[in-house]
Amino acid sequence: MVIGDIRELLDAECLWDHDHLNTKVDGAFGCDLMSDCLAFVDERIVLLTGLTNPQVIRTAEMLDINAIVFVRGKIPPQEVIDMAKDMGIALLATKHTLYTSCGILYSNGLKGISIGGME
Amino acid sequence: MDEKEKNTGIKLEYEIIKDDFSRAGEASSNIKRVLRQLGIDSSVIRKTAIATYEAEINVVIHSEGGKMVVNIEPDKIEITAKDNGPGIKDIDQAMQKGFSTASQKVRELGFGAGMGLPNMKRSCDEFYIESEFGKGTTVKMIFKL
Repeated sequence: MVIGDIRELLDAECLWDHDHLNTKVDGAFGCDLMSDCLAFVDERIVLLTGLTNPQVIRTAEMLDINAIVFVRGKIPPQEVIDMAKDMGIALLATKHTLYTSCGILYSNGLKGISIGGME
Repeated sequence: MDEKEKNTGIKLEYEIIKDDFSRAGEASSNIKRVLRQLGIDSSVIRKTAIATYEAEINVVIHSEGGKMVVNIEPDKIEITAKDNGPGIKDIDQAMQKGFSTASQKVRELGFGAGMGLPNMKRSCDEFYIESEFGKGTTVKMIFKL
C-alpha cells in the first residue's frame, strides 16, 4: 500500500506538502506508547497514534518510519509539523479513532507487524 | 588522545538535561546524522539510533541529568550514557521487561513502559550497566562494525 492510498482510505489530510504519496509501506503499527514502538517495530511501517508531542517524530526518526497518521482529529503543534518536515516524514491527520483507522487499513490489506524482537 | 586514536577515532559528547522533554532526542538525532555521513551500514545505524535514543530518554526522565559520549572506531561504536543520580536500587528488577518507576506525566507522553533497558540490551552487541544508589548510573553499549 502507498501513503496516498492511506490518505484516501482514512479521508485524511496531509499536514505538510510532502511528495510521499507514492511511497510504499509494508505494514502498520497503532500505538500511543512510543516505548513499545521502539521495542517492537522492525519493518518499514506507517505509525498511527493519538500522541502529538515532539517525541513521536523523534521515535519515527530513529526507526526510519517515513509516515505518521494522527488519529481522533488530533493535530500536532506547528513546531512538531516543522520537525517532521525537516526530516521528510509524511504527516497525515484523520478524524477516525485508532481502532477504526487500523480496521480500515487492515481490511484493505495492510497487515500488522509480528512481535518477535523482544522474545 | 594518542596518535592512533587521532587518526582513526571520532569522539562526540552531549550534555543531557533533566526533564527537558521537548529537546530529548536531539543528541541521538545528531549521532544518527554523523553515522550516516560516515557511511556506516544502515542496519547498524538503526540499532544504534534506537539504543541511544532510549538511553537519552532515560537520562531525561529518570535522572538529575548527565552526558552521552560516543566513540566511533574502525571496528566498533561505543556509547556511554552516564547520569548524575539518583541511581538504580535493583538493577535486575530494572532490566525486567515492563518494570518502570516512571511518573504518570512521563507515561502520558508515551514513555515509561519498562521497555527501555531491555530494548537497549537487545539492540547492541555488548551491554554493561553499573549503578550506585544515591550516586548515578552508567550504561555502556558496544556496536560492532
